[in-house]
Amino acid sequence: MAVLAGRPTGQPEPENPLTAGLERLPVAPTTLVIFGGTGDLAKRKLLPAIYNLAHEGALPERFHLIGVSRREKTHDEYRSECEQAIRRFSRRPPKDDVLHALLENVKYVPGSFDDDAVYAELTKLLDSFEQEAGERLNRAFYLSTAPSFFPVIVEELGRSKLAHHEGAEVRAIIEKPFGTTLEEARELNRCVLGIFEESQVFRIDHYLGKETVQNMMAFRFANGMFEPLWNRNYIDSVQITAAEDIGIGSRADYYDSSGALRDLIQNHMLQLLCHVAMEPPVNFTAEEVRNEKVKVLQAIREPTAADIPAMSVHAQYGPGHSGGEDVVGYLEEAGVPEDSTTETYAALRLEVDNWRWAGVPFYLRTGKRLARKVTEIAVTLKPVPHLAFSQDGSLGVQPNQLVLALQPNEGVALRLGAKIPGTRMIIRPVNMEFLYGTAFLSQSPEAYERLITDAMRGDATLFTRNDEVEAQWRICDPIVKAWSQSAQPLPQYPAGSQGPKEAELLLRGDDHWRAI
Amino acid sequence: MAERSDAVWGEQGTTPDAIEAALRRLLVERHAENANYVPARVLNMIVFVDHEWSGEIANRLRGVGRYHASRLVVLAYEPRRQRLDARVMIASEGDPEAGELALLRETVVVELGEHHLDDLLTIADPLVVTDLPTLLWSPHGHHDIVQELLALAQAVLVDSVDEPLAQDALERACALTKEAYVVDLAWLRSTPWRERVAAAFDPPALRRELRELSSVTVRHHPASTAAALLLLGWLASRLGWQSGELADRGDALVGRAHTEGQEIAVRLQAAPELQVPGLEGVTLETASGRCLRLDRGPGGMRARSLDRDGAEHEWTIPGASRGETGVLGEGIRQALLRDPTYVPALKAAWAML
Repeated sequence: MAVLAGRPTGQPEPENPLTAGLERLPVAPTTLVIFGGTGDLAKRKLLPAIYNLAHEGALPERFHLIGVSRREKTHDEYRSECEQAIRRFSRRPPKDDVLHALLENVKYVPGSFDDDAVYAELTKLLDSFEQEAGERLNRAFYLSTAPSFFPVIVEELGRSKLAHHEGAEVRAIIEKPFGTTLEEARELNRCVLGIFEESQVFRIDHYLGKETVQNMMAFRFANGMFEPLWNRNYIDSVQITAAEDIGIGSRADYYDSSGALRDLIQNHMLQLLCHVAMEPPVNFTAEEVRNEKVKVLQAIREPTAADIPAMSVHAQYGPGHSGGEDVVGYLEEAGVPEDSTTETYAALRLEVDNWRWAGVPFYLRTGKRLARKVTEIAVTLKPVPHLAFSQDGSLGVQPNQLVLALQPNEGVALRLGAKIPGTRMIIRPVNMEFLYGTAFLSQSPEAYERLITDAMRGDATLFTRNDEVEAQWRICDPIVKAWSQSAQPLPQYPAGSQGPKEAELLLRGDDHWRAI
Repeated sequence: MAERSDAVWGEQGTTPDAIEAALRRLLVERHAENANYVPARVLNMIVFVDHEWSGEIANRLRGVGRYHASRLVVLAYEPRRQRLDARVMIASEGDPEAGELALLRETVVVELGEHHLDDLLTIADPLVVTDLPTLLWSPHGHHDIVQELLALAQAVLVDSVDEPLAQDALERACALTKEAYVVDLAWLRSTPWRERVAAAFDPPALRRELRELSSVTVRHHPASTAAALLLLGWLASRLGWQSGELADRGDALVGRAHTEGQEIAVRLQAAPELQVPGLEGVTLETASGRCLRLDRGPGGMRARSLDRDGAEHEWTIPGASRGETGVLGEGIRQALLRDPTYVPALKAAWAML
């Protein structure tokens, strides 16, 4: 369908026969406006990602960048800041001529996000780019600010008539967190969808831009051998771990108001769960993929107050050891209130109540200052029904386990039983490993490179839809509330350990947590 | 981690079995030394090269960085050589620290003479990793050798600008496409240009104008006519042009193509000022008076457009030059992919000669 001013005209668009066979598909001419253009995320991730796209010739045919932030500075001062950030954080050393070609098209608008004058200045700049180009340019507004500014900016964009543009596409890219409670998420959705249509909105969950997360779909749906086993008849449990060995660093302000559940489980880890549990989509369009993910989230029962003590654990790290050094506990970290009850560890046992997964526990755990940095999904198969081998003198026959590792070494490992060489039939587990880095010549792009390109192309497959984000909060919100109202003392775990011993209580029967 | 050589083995008067055994032993030793050394398992590459140029080819291959084939087998040919000598090098990306992996890349150099050519397959076959795709490259011609080694390869690397005559180059590439997947460096040199032309006409309002193209000029290094022909062949095959033969006008090849009532003037213009192989620029004009000109420039491509109403616009599309090493690296990577548009473009280009 041809689109004029974001509305279908009823005329079919002719195909572009020149795009066949190209690895990089064209991106329509776009001006990207970054609200929070001087912030940490812009400097560490967004600007380096944009440089790398420029380096590869992957930016749109015509591309302009406008940074918007409170601090007063000139265009040149902002360009200089961008250059420094790119030189410091880019995954490849920038080439001067490419960097300068990119920076030529960078502008800056200073001012408060609720100031009409900012949007008037933005409008003037956006119009001037179009006059210069002699054509309409798409507009992408990237909200990389504190979440409290999201509704302010969205409403201002609406009021300034910047949310739609005749003859071009307008998109809003919204960083996480999308609300901190179900009600906030709903309210933000109401606000955003009061100004933009859902097809214009791209809610970032940068995990979805990671190659290994996308590879999970290829792994599941491009390999026939797993599908027959991928159900309650053969799978005993699924364990998803996102552990970090570091503490909160200088992020006390953000982290203490967020906690482990909001920081990782509500978004990233539930996305991983969806990738494991979803049905094969009819095709890989944004709507089909997201429909299947939403079905998984809807199949997870909303926890009741009575359920929560038995299906969730939260804890806080105390002093301990990490990397051979003594480290302080959470409450001694700079900027953390001494009476903080924010969890730095969270673990859940969830069940996906549908035909495929009924009765299979999905264990999710995440934490700071754990023994090691690791993100993985371990799928444990049911044990064999009959053991013909003596287990004397052996480690025993253990169920097969498939481990999808996302960090730090990306790959897939399958635990099998194998005979130990010798005269007796003694079995021990061995690992068959595929390491992602050994099998491809290409370097994985940063998640933000993929996500920025997709948003500018209007492909929402790797972004979270409104009903998806609300379905995530529907699961997490009761837990957040119950924890905040709990009179029980918050369990502690030593920094550098496997986590709190209370996490064992979540496990069913003979299940056990994998060593971090 | 900086690349460094970890293990070397060499033997004069050796056999393929001995070379293969040495490879296996060195890999086991590396792994025993540190379990974080892991062999890369992506692609075999067999290079048949004249001995006196083997150093230059080795240098080019060293420059491809992460696109280095996981096992590189260099067959260095010296006609009078009687003895089979070989060296095996297993290089790592450095010493991995705890939690890190270091890929091992294997290079085998076999020095052989004319009397080994009859049994070349039995020399090369044991040296490639089974079940990995194999890319074959013979930068100095040796078409008969390539023909024999194709039995081991799924893809063959060529550079159509290497042949003195574009006609011979395209004919050779056409013949090879019947037996293997062809990765043509001349085609890859045109990739940024194809991407940009596709992008320029991608807005829905402009797609229709692709049917109204009235003239195309491709400017190229004087020795890169084949690359320019492939770009023109790509346009012809994608847009359904019927092309006539090009006529030689000294520093340019000119001709006409037709499609649904539209005639297209085509011109391949040599650009002697261009210092590197490949393309210098492309200009497309439409019957309605629109004109787009793309040229190489510092930091990217310089674009100039003329609208129907006569308005002119100029801008730069950022992008880093890949250089010849980058093009070779891209060629190795492309051995793992399949571009369905190369063969139709090649055939369309061939039809213009």
